[in-house]
Amino acid sequence: MRSQSEVARSAFRWRAMLWSMLAIIALAMALPSVGYLVANAAQVYGPDRDFTEERATNPRSDMWRDARVGQGGFTTQTGPYITNTMISNIGENYRQLREGPIKTWGGWFLVLVIVAIALFAAINGRSRLEEGRSGMTVERWKTYERILHWFTAISFIVLTITGLSLLFGRTVLIPMFGHTGFATYAQFAMNLHNALGPFFAVGVILMIVLWAKHNIPNKTDIQWFRQGGGIIGSKHPSAGKLNGGEKLWFWLGVFAMGLIVIISGFIMLFPNLGFQTREVMAWSQIFHAIVALIWIGFFFGHAYIGTLGTEGAFEGMAHGRVDTNWAKQHHDLWYEEVIASGEKPISEEELRRQKRPAPTGGEAPGH
Amino acid sequence: MARMKFLCDAERCIECQACVTACKNEHEVPWGVNRRRVIVMNDGRPGEKSVSVACMHCTDAPCAAVCPVDCFYTTADGIVLHDKDLCIGCGYCFYACPFGAPQYPQQTAFGVRGKMDKCTFCAGGPEEAHSRAELTKYGTNRVEEGKLPLCAEMCSTKALLAGDGDIVADIFRKRVMTRGGRPQTWGWQAAYGQDA
Repeated sequence: MRSQSEVARSAFRWRAMLWSMLAIIALAMALPSVGYLVANAAQVYGPDRDFTEERATNPRSDMWRDARVGQGGFTTQTGPYITNTMISNIGENYRQLREGPIKTWGGWFLVLVIVAIALFAAINGRSRLEEGRSGMTVERWKTYERILHWFTAISFIVLTITGLSLLFGRTVLIPMFGHTGFATYAQFAMNLHNALGPFFAVGVILMIVLWAKHNIPNKTDIQWFRQGGGIIGSKHPSAGKLNGGEKLWFWLGVFAMGLIVIISGFIMLFPNLGFQTREVMAWSQIFHAIVALIWIGFFFGHAYIGTLGTEGAFEGMAHGRVDTNWAKQHHDLWYEEVIASGEKPISEEELRRQKRPAPTGGEAPGH
Repeated sequence: MARMKFLCDAERCIECQACVTACKNEHEVPWGVNRRRVIVMNDGRPGEKSVSVACMHCTDAPCAAVCPVDCFYTTADGIVLHDKDLCIGCGYCFYACPFGAPQYPQQTAFGVRGKMDKCTFCAGGPEEAHSRAELTKYGTNRVEEGKLPLCAEMCSTKALLAGDGDIVADIFRKRVMTRGGRPQTWGWQAAYGQDA
C-alpha cells in the first residue's frame, strides 16, 4: 500500500502536468499576437495596405473568369434552347449527383426497404384479428374516397414503374432488352409519365384537401408511437379514425413529399413557360428523384401494412366496410365514435342480400 | 489516331457569324435549332471578345453519362455522336452539357421536345455514310470524305480551329509565342480535362 505522502505527490504531479499543458496551448495562441505590440496594428491591416481593395484585378482575367463560372454574354442566335452562357457548371454537378448518390444510394435504399419489410413479415408475421371475425361490419371509407384512393394509387404505381425505368433502365433494363428495345419502351414510359403526372397531382391534392381533417395530430398519436403502433408491448394502442402511423404517412408522404414531387414535376413538365433555366431544371430533377425514391420506400411500407401485414385492413379500402372486431382492435376510439353517432353495424349476410336484388318470385318464363 | 478538338481563338474571332451560317446551310439545320452560336462578351465595351461555341466533343462527356437510353457514342477520332433512333427527347443532356450544345426542335407543354440535335463535327451519325437517312437526321459527313468541319474550314480569320488536338494546340501555341500575351484555350479544361 502506498503511503499518504506518495498519493499526495502523485496528485500534485498530475495537476502540474495539466496546468503546464493548458499554459502551452494558451501561450501558443497568445504569443504570436505580440507582433501587434511592436508594429502599429493600423499599419499592418489599415486601409492603405488592404490587398483586396488596393490591387486592381486584370479586366481580361475577370472576363474569362466570369465566362468560366457561367456569366452570360450576347448572342444573335435565337431558339428555345439557345443560351448565352459559355460554360454552365450546373451540368457536372447534376451529372455527378444523378449518376452517383441518387442512383447508387437510391437503388440500395429501395432494395433495403424491401428486405426490411420481408424480414419484418418473416419475424413478426401477420397482425391477426385477436378475437376473429365478428361478421358485423361498419363503413370506413365512402365510395368517392375509395375511388380517389385507387385512382391515386394506380397512378402512383404506374408513375413509379415508368420513373424508375428512366432512372435505372440504363443499368438494369438495357442489358436485358438491348438498346433498341429499351429505347422504344423508354419513349412510351416517358410520355406516359409526363401525361399521367398532372392527373396524379390532382389526386394527391384532393387527398390533402379531403383527408386533412382526419389527420390532425393529437395526444393519442404520441402514445401510439410510444408503443410502436402495437409492436412494443402486448396491448394494442388506442387510435381514432387514423392512427399515428397513418397520419405520418399522410403528412410526410402525401403532403410534404407529394407537394415537392408535384412542384418539381410541374417545373420540368412545362419548359414552355420560360422561367426554367438549366439550373432550375437540373435541381428540379434532383429533388424530384430523391424525394420520389423516399416516397416509393414509404409506399412499400404502406402497401404491406394495408394488405398482407394486417388481417382485415384491406377490405376497408376495397369494399368500404370493415369488421367490427378489426375496428375495435386497431381504431377503438373511432369505433366508439361511429357507434355513438348511431350507426348500426350490418352483418355480412345482410350486405350480400342488399347487393343481390331479391329473386322476383319463381323462375322467369321461357326457361 | 487523331483526337478531334475545337479551339476558338478569341484574339482572332471577329464575330462575323460565318461559322453559324456555314453550319446551318451545310446540314440544313431547321429554325430554332443552332448547332453553333457566337457569344460576345463585354459587347460594345472596350475589351470586347467573342467566341464561337458548339459541342466540344468532351473526353468524358456529361451528356453521354446522364442519357437514360445510352444513345451517345464516341468515335475512334474522339467525336461524340448520338443515335436519333434511340433518343427519347428527355432533355437530360441539355441540363448536363456545360456548353449548351444539345438542341431540340420543339419546346412545348408536357415536356415534348423531339429528337435531340447537336454538332456532329461534320461526321454524320450511326447511319451508313452519305446515305439519305444520315443526311436528313445528322447532316453531311465531311469527316468520312477526309475533310474537317466546315465552320472551321471557312473561318475568315482562322480563329476557329478544328482537327487533331495536338496539331490544333501546336498552331495555337505558335500564335501565342508570336503575338505575345497569354494563351486562352477557352473551354478546354471543361471539355478535355485538367491536363488539356
